[in-house]
Amino acid sequence: MFLVYVIAPIFQSISISLYDWDGLGEKRYVGLGNYIELIDDEAFYTSLKNNLIWLVLYLLAIPAGLAVALFLNQTVRGIRIYKSLFFFPFVISQVVVGLMFAWFYDPSDGLMNIALMAMGFDAIPVLADETYVTYGIIAAGLWPQTAYCMILYLTGLNAVDKEQIEAARLDNARGFKMLWYVILPQLRPATFIALVVTVIGALRSFDLISIMTDGGPWGSSRVLAFYMYEQAFSEYGFRMGYGAAIAVVLFLIMMVYIIAFLRKMYRDERRG
Amino acid sequence: MSFNLKQKFGMFIAGALVSVGTFAGEIVINTDTSDPAPKAAFEDLIKDFEAEHPDIKVKWNLFDHEGYKTSIRNFLTADAPDLANWYAGNRMLPYVEAGLFEPVDDVWESAGLNDSLASAAGSMTIDGKKWGVPYTYYQWGVYYRKDIFERLGVGVPKTWADFIAAGETLLANDIKPITIGTKFLWTAGGVFDYLNLRTNGYDFHMALTQGQVPWTDDRVRKTMANWKELLDKGFFIDNHAAYSWQEALAPMVQGEAAMYVMGNFAVAPLREAGLTDDQLDFFQFPIIDGTVRLAEEAPTDTIHIPANAKNKEDAKKFLAYLGRADVQTKINKTLGQLPINKNSEVNDDKFLHAGLAMLSSTSGGIAQFFDRDAPAEMAKAGMEGFQEFMVKPERLDRILERLEKTRARVYQ
Repeated sequence: MFLVYVIAPIFQSISISLYDWDGLGEKRYVGLGNYIELIDDEAFYTSLKNNLIWLVLYLLAIPAGLAVALFLNQTVRGIRIYKSLFFFPFVISQVVVGLMFAWFYDPSDGLMNIALMAMGFDAIPVLADETYVTYGIIAAGLWPQTAYCMILYLTGLNAVDKEQIEAARLDNARGFKMLWYVILPQLRPATFIALVVTVIGALRSFDLISIMTDGGPWGSSRVLAFYMYEQAFSEYGFRMGYGAAIAVVLFLIMMVYIIAFLRKMYRDERRG
Repeated sequence: MSFNLKQKFGMFIAGALVSVGTFAGEIVINTDTSDPAPKAAFEDLIKDFEAEHPDIKVKWNLFDHEGYKTSIRNFLTADAPDLANWYAGNRMLPYVEAGLFEPVDDVWESAGLNDSLASAAGSMTIDGKKWGVPYTYYQWGVYYRKDIFERLGVGVPKTWADFIAAGETLLANDIKPITIGTKFLWTAGGVFDYLNLRTNGYDFHMALTQGQVPWTDDRVRKTMANWKELLDKGFFIDNHAAYSWQEALAPMVQGEAAMYVMGNFAVAPLREAGLTDDQLDFFQFPIIDGTVRLAEEAPTDTIHIPANAKNKEDAKKFLAYLGRADVQTKINKTLGQLPINKNSEVNDDKFLHAGLAMLSSTSGGIAQFFDRDAPAEMAKAGMEGFQEFMVKPERLDRILERLEKTRARVYQ
């Protein structure tokens, strides 16, 4: 199964990326032509840059999730209700998140711009502005992702050894020092999982982009996965070969991450 | 041209899910006519056809717009229906070239369509053969708030100078002259089409969309300079890149904007939103260069027989039926659009009468739409460029160079 559904398509993609093919007619062998075109394609660099922005900024979900988790990790009456309220954004679908934020950003009737205008600023059309659009979408994505990280940390906090905290307290550790030297090391497994799911989440940004901007304005919010989809499958896309070439590049980028991940797993196992 | 662009996610799977099982006397038709009016029109069309041909059963698979555009590629190759709707002009070229559509000259011949559908024959012909039967079209032009124009004493603009003057009067009264929503790009294509048709004429426009003229040509720059004049004066609503075409209707309904360069399908939602025929009217896109013959934009919708269809004989009966005058009268009454058949009657509606009068007196030629006249990749790059130009006009050179690069690749 793994061979048929995962390994084989990788090699198929690599082979298609060497052809000029519209998905219907004859394939024409162009060698590295698609890659050479890719090097000279502005849209490709925009997408690549956006992918990096996504990867870096999406990691904010981890400290944000930790902060919320620490805040919620207390025993107050009704804390379960607050916890579930914070968890709520992760439960709703990405499509709904995208729509809600699109309304929030709406230049004339959106809550954000009404607030900005009430404070005397000009309205910012976040989703129609090439400089803000990617950040706007990332902010939307961070909302559910923070909730996800929060849950991971909440479970992790349950497992923190009470005795160690007692001991640390006796040694006069408190506040940030307590967090950094005593609690965080115990949360390492949770942090690791949070990192993995956040990186994966950043690469799965497709749904939000599709819903909120459709890659626009003029393609400035595209990421590689979206660009690939556009070239190969969308209304105006008839270029399987070019799409496959983008996919191969994306695959190579992900390989770096996957190899780093596997190396860590391997090392941990040897140590454990 | 796709006027109901919605979000596209995971929908190309839909094509794979449609199962087609045929037996003798059954035809399968796939359409994307999922909006209320087109859906009702097709329901009636199929019911009436079955009543007339009791031995033929029609199986109808209804798709949504976005899903259809991607799934048509799958079902034409893998699991072809007997009939499928699509669009005229260059938009059908990839399927004709890939041998996925069946030529239907015999239907045109035997049903007398060469005469009755003559006006659309050109846009249905590729390599000297006809590849489908057109059943409806609609005009493009400027839809405007008549009440606002009258209140401010603005007459209907006939020339570019009138048009600029009208816009300036509107602006002086805090009304944006033109509303538009370019989030899904194609609306900007409509504006470009008209500016280019009026500046350089039909022949140049066709040469450009067919890749015979470089995008860096001075005539293209002339068109863009006219467009820039509108942009510099602030004729278009702000933040249009954030809106879909439906969202851009709102400023017009609220009286914050007075004109919309659009297809006739915009009339129905404007009426639904509460505008009466006293408030809403239509005029032909103004003349820019008096020496250029007036050409119009009127996209045509069509039905085709896939080459892999199983029951072509009955499918051809359906096409012959679809070409008939009375059938086109009825279907377009429901659609609120114009029939192709010259013997059909036009619905009693002032916008349709205006459109018909304009199109039947057109001497310069009838364009389909930017994304039907230009091949898909060029259309996408072009419309993206237009959207960028509308927000950042100072980038014109870079945009045109990019389009020229795309042209060099697409038409090779």
